[in-house]
Amino acid sequence: MNALGFPILSIMLAVPLLGAMICLFAPGSEKRRAWRSRWVALASTLATFWLGVLLWARYEIGGPQWQFVEREPIFGRFEWAMGIDGIALMLIMLTVFLMPICIAASWKAIKDRVPEYMAAFLFMETLMIGVFTAQDLFLFYIFFEAGLIPMYLIIGIWGGKERIYASYKFFLYTLLGSVLMLIAMLWMAQEAGTTDIPTLMAYDFPPEAQIWLWLAFFASFAVKMPMWPVHTWLPDAHVQAPTAGSVILAGVLLKMGGYGFIRFSLPMFPEASAQLVWIIFGLSMVAVVYTSLVALVQQDMKKLIAYSSVAHMAFVTVGLFAFNRQGIEGAMIVMLSHGLVSGALFLCVGVIYDRLHTRDIDRYGGLSDNMPKYALLFMLFTMASVGLPGTSGFVGEFLALVGAYEANSWVAAVCTTGIILGAVYMLYLYWRIAFGTLDKPDAAGMKDISLREVLTLGPIAAVVMWMGVYPESFIAPIRDDVGVLLARIERANPPGDAALVMGAPPAAAESHAEPAH
Amino acid sequence: MDSLAIILPEVILTVGGLVLLLVAAWAGDRSADLIGRVCAALLLIACIALEGIPQGAPAAFEGLYRADTFAGFAKILIFAATAVSILIAPRFFRADGPMRAEYPILMLFSAIGMSIMVSAGDLMTLYIGLELQSLAAYVLASFMRRDTRSAEAGLKYFVLGALASGILLYGISLLYGFTGTTLFNGVAASMRVEMSTGELFGLVFVLAGLAFKISAVPFHMWTPDVYEGAPTPVTAFFASAPKVAAIALTARVAIEALGPATDAWRQIVIFAALASIALGAVAAIGQTNIKRLLAYSSINNVGFALIGLAAGTEAGVAALMSYMAIYVVMTLGSFLCVLQMRDQHGRPVEDIASLSGLSRHQPRIALAFMIFMFSLAGIPPLLGFWAKFLVFDAAVAAGLFPLAVLGIALSVVGAFYYLKIIKTIYFDDPAPRFAPATSLTENGLIAVAALLVSPLGYLLVPSLAVATGRAAGALF
Repeated sequence: MNALGFPILSIMLAVPLLGAMICLFAPGSEKRRAWRSRWVALASTLATFWLGVLLWARYEIGGPQWQFVEREPIFGRFEWAMGIDGIALMLIMLTVFLMPICIAASWKAIKDRVPEYMAAFLFMETLMIGVFTAQDLFLFYIFFEAGLIPMYLIIGIWGGKERIYASYKFFLYTLLGSVLMLIAMLWMAQEAGTTDIPTLMAYDFPPEAQIWLWLAFFASFAVKMPMWPVHTWLPDAHVQAPTAGSVILAGVLLKMGGYGFIRFSLPMFPEASAQLVWIIFGLSMVAVVYTSLVALVQQDMKKLIAYSSVAHMAFVTVGLFAFNRQGIEGAMIVMLSHGLVSGALFLCVGVIYDRLHTRDIDRYGGLSDNMPKYALLFMLFTMASVGLPGTSGFVGEFLALVGAYEANSWVAAVCTTGIILGAVYMLYLYWRIAFGTLDKPDAAGMKDISLREVLTLGPIAAVVMWMGVYPESFIAPIRDDVGVLLARIERANPPGDAALVMGAPPAAAESHAEPAH
Repeated sequence: MDSLAIILPEVILTVGGLVLLLVAAWAGDRSADLIGRVCAALLLIACIALEGIPQGAPAAFEGLYRADTFAGFAKILIFAATAVSILIAPRFFRADGPMRAEYPILMLFSAIGMSIMVSAGDLMTLYIGLELQSLAAYVLASFMRRDTRSAEAGLKYFVLGALASGILLYGISLLYGFTGTTLFNGVAASMRVEMSTGELFGLVFVLAGLAFKISAVPFHMWTPDVYEGAPTPVTAFFASAPKVAAIALTARVAIEALGPATDAWRQIVIFAALASIALGAVAAIGQTNIKRLLAYSSINNVGFALIGLAAGTEAGVAALMSYMAIYVVMTLGSFLCVLQMRDQHGRPVEDIASLSGLSRHQPRIALAFMIFMFSLAGIPPLLGFWAKFLVFDAAVAAGLFPLAVLGIALSVVGAFYYLKIIKTIYFDDPAPRFAPATSLTENGLIAVAALLVSPLGYLLVPSLAVATGRAAGALF
């Protein structure tokens, strides 16, 4: 089994599921059920978080690549196979950390059909942890795809005015991306004769087939990520989803795309990854510049942050396909950092949305006067999003760009403009909301953040600083796994244009002139 | 004597059906409930009798009739679906007037016909089974005589069904004329030697006739009208048991009789599969009647099932049978939910719009409805995904990549209208309430069906794989 003596990963999946069942089926009056499901949801997400902490504490850095492995062949064609490496561990930690915060953020904002809402979130948590722990190809697919159901309901039932359009778009876009991946998976399982992900990660598929397989997986992960030009579902989904839904969407669901690239595209199809890297670089460069400019002109706060997510995710893809350690580790840190920071920014939007019920930036202004605590926290997350040194954003983006520079200096140059543009749109947003004169009476009447809101934003702020000041805590678990990945893809590594090249020996005449200096 | 032992399930059903017919004639409609329960019990006994069939010598009457594992698997599905269709009927018919005692007996005769269909080893047996099933079905479709829609459905079904039977018979006569035999084995043996043009024509006509029965495009036109017009329990029946029987029959004819001509019929099946998926998905989008929508959904699902047949391999047929098994549970569950759609006076309603906000009044029925819809759309972790998974797996294994990619991409179009129903149930503002769902039988059946297609159903996947594997093995 594992070092703990009990199947911790399965239990982490079961606890939220059990909570969801209690929320959904326990009888009682409407008021009582709402009250109970809030507490059940909080308790089960906190219990899962505690299990996650235990998991991290017991995770042996430098130990075997796959830890806490569980294997039960109960489905015939595929297995209940679970296990994590450092990369999965970090993403699980992100998930279990954000979930209690989401529940707390929905405590008062959601008044209608609370049991169903909490059940949807808990079900979502089970599926997200499942995606990161599954070690069987089809089990992964089931978790990956099943996440559409609760998110569809969350957007559609508790969303804003255009929620139905947004929920359809979210569902159908991501479904279309994923089904092609399923066909590729079926072929892979037949070709390799196994559905075990670790075995497949070491299996050499014929290079001609790799191209097709890579494209099929790319269709799925690019939509999920999302990459330009298939990102258009994201702004709609983000804007319409309730606050906590946006947090989960930006915080964890987008990371599934990046996780997919690390777990499938790179190690399983290294040759195809090297050949098709131009697609990734090209789309990422467009995304960084284009979506940053689009973010600049947004009037809707959530839409602005949604477009900034697309730009940040482009850093992840560039880093991942740089084929070097800095790039991949940087991409991982960007993912973690973006999960925290964009989640926190959505929470910040939620705080003022709950008070004024509008996301229109022009309706606010001068909030630093009447909401100083809020303005402080909001500023911290703005800076983290910009990538100020000392926050998590800096570490990730710096590493990812260093990696990208080694692979292709043009890509790095274009993507770096994204950091400048990011500073422009984020600071512009902050300026319009927090600074200026407090001349709008309804905005001036807003109270500063409550204890509950401090408790939701505070922990994220602490982790953002921690990751910015001492990123080693987060890089150490993934270092070995990135090493394994690099060893696997090294053979296909395309030559970079920024590597040091031995120059021609200087001509004799010039070498005479040299000593004169 | 051996032959009679092999057809024991059919004998039980036939004798039971005839006795019950007499009982119904003497006791009248008062005995309807009792007869219904006895019919369900007879179907259960027939299922048990299937186990008693001696293995190894499964052919009776010199090859006219087969009772192999393939037929056994299909029969269990058919009998179970028929029994459910009988059990859910009384409350529906009681809404206007007494329940008529002939209903369960007609169902029983139809089940015998289907049982003969899936066991056919000869083109004539095939035809007799098909007609016995169809004649009972025509009457069932027009069972509510005073309802013009029901009468229209029965007539339409009869006229188009007769046309299809004609086409089928013409195909059979061509095959007989060019091969000199009506036995499946004989046809296959003759085709193996040389495939004549006449045989090819016979093949096309036979498949066209069968395509009508499984309502595959382009022979689907009757389906929406008949499904809408027929009484809801009968529609549930049409969408489940006869579908299984017709699909199983098609598979047996395609593999056993026309096996040597696989390359010839594969293109037909591929066309029918893709056309059914596409039309079933696109045409369903505009529907406002839930029964019509489910009719298009059944066309869509038949398309997916045919992908398994198109593979033409043992794994493909196993996938086909798994698909039908899962499909029967999903579709019966959906129709059970439709049966719960009754206004405050107990009259059935069929508007999709009337489902608005069902999740607020009847959260459990709404949850079950959602599970069935997502499952029909093939979204994991529900069991409907596994059905699609298996057929696409078979198609990929057989190297039919364009078919697999097109089929799965079209499944996204299909997902749209299932989402529309879920949207109506969960997102829209409440419409007038339905009458509460009080029937213990129906609620229990809904709960069982929902549990079966929920993720818990995956625990049954290994045994399903064994059963369908053995069933498919009997054809090769």
